[in-house]
Amino acid sequence: MPVIEIAGRQISVNEEGFLTNFDEWDVDVATELAKQIEIPMTEERWKIINFLRDDFKVQGETATSRRVQTVGGVPVKEQFALFPKKPAKKMAYIAGLPKPKGCV
Amino acid sequence: METMTKPNLVPDFGAEDSGRKLAIICSKGNLDMAYPGLILANAALGEGVETMLFFTFWGFDMITKSRMNDLQFSPAGNTAMHLPGHDMHIPQAMMPAPGMTSVATHMLKKQIAELDVPEVPDFLDQIVAAGGHLWACRMSADMNKLSMNDLRDDVEGIISASDFIEMTEGAQLLFI
Repeated sequence: MPVIEIAGRQISVNEEGFLTNFDEWDVDVATELAKQIEIPMTEERWKIINFLRDDFKVQGETATSRRVQTVGGVPVKEQFALFPKKPAKKMAYIAGLPKPKGCV
Repeated sequence: METMTKPNLVPDFGAEDSGRKLAIICSKGNLDMAYPGLILANAALGEGVETMLFFTFWGFDMITKSRMNDLQFSPAGNTAMHLPGHDMHIPQAMMPAPGMTSVATHMLKKQIAELDVPEVPDFLDQIVAAGGHLWACRMSADMNKLSMNDLRDDVEGIISASDFIEMTEGAQLLFI
């Protein structure tokens, strides 16, 4: 597994660049990850990232866009506006989680 | 362990505008056959692919207000049908029994709901929210004597087959 340096720390990632260790993530790391994909972090974006982190702790898997809407309370349309083109993957990446597995 | 030097490994989220387009023709109105198009459309939109759905023939029911909440699933004629979670087939001769369609529909809806997959109208809401485009087939509208007022409000228009072919130039196409 590759190790990258982010926010002055060594972070394990998979071959695509998604974080592989839940506990290596923090706000500074997330901010850097977001910057790398040209997404400035705002309050609305943090709300989703925090939901994904909390939900992963309970569910053991990354929430899909559908779940971010129904459980996290952020409509799909807003997710597309905040994380353009590939919201589910971008949100997972910044939250330091694997890509969502669910089809819907 | 290898340590990467800069530039950091960043996932490829694709070019800002790849130009990839997907057109899905939904021609079936059975509950089970409504889903493949919706799931693929939703997946494509989530990957940043411009997606257009064209509803024709029985697929027209998916966007018709008076019918879209009542799509049904019948195991009759479906030799792949078995009891959920089992390998056992139910004899085809039993399929046309009274009440079979409603039992099978109820069962399928329950299985779908357990996966947190929305019902058809709700799923189309999500597809439109994700930027998907819905189009209705002119011939199907004429055959059913239906107009835009009878269809979901987010259907963008009733168009001919040639209009659809024209507007999906360069798109990948799925017929379901």
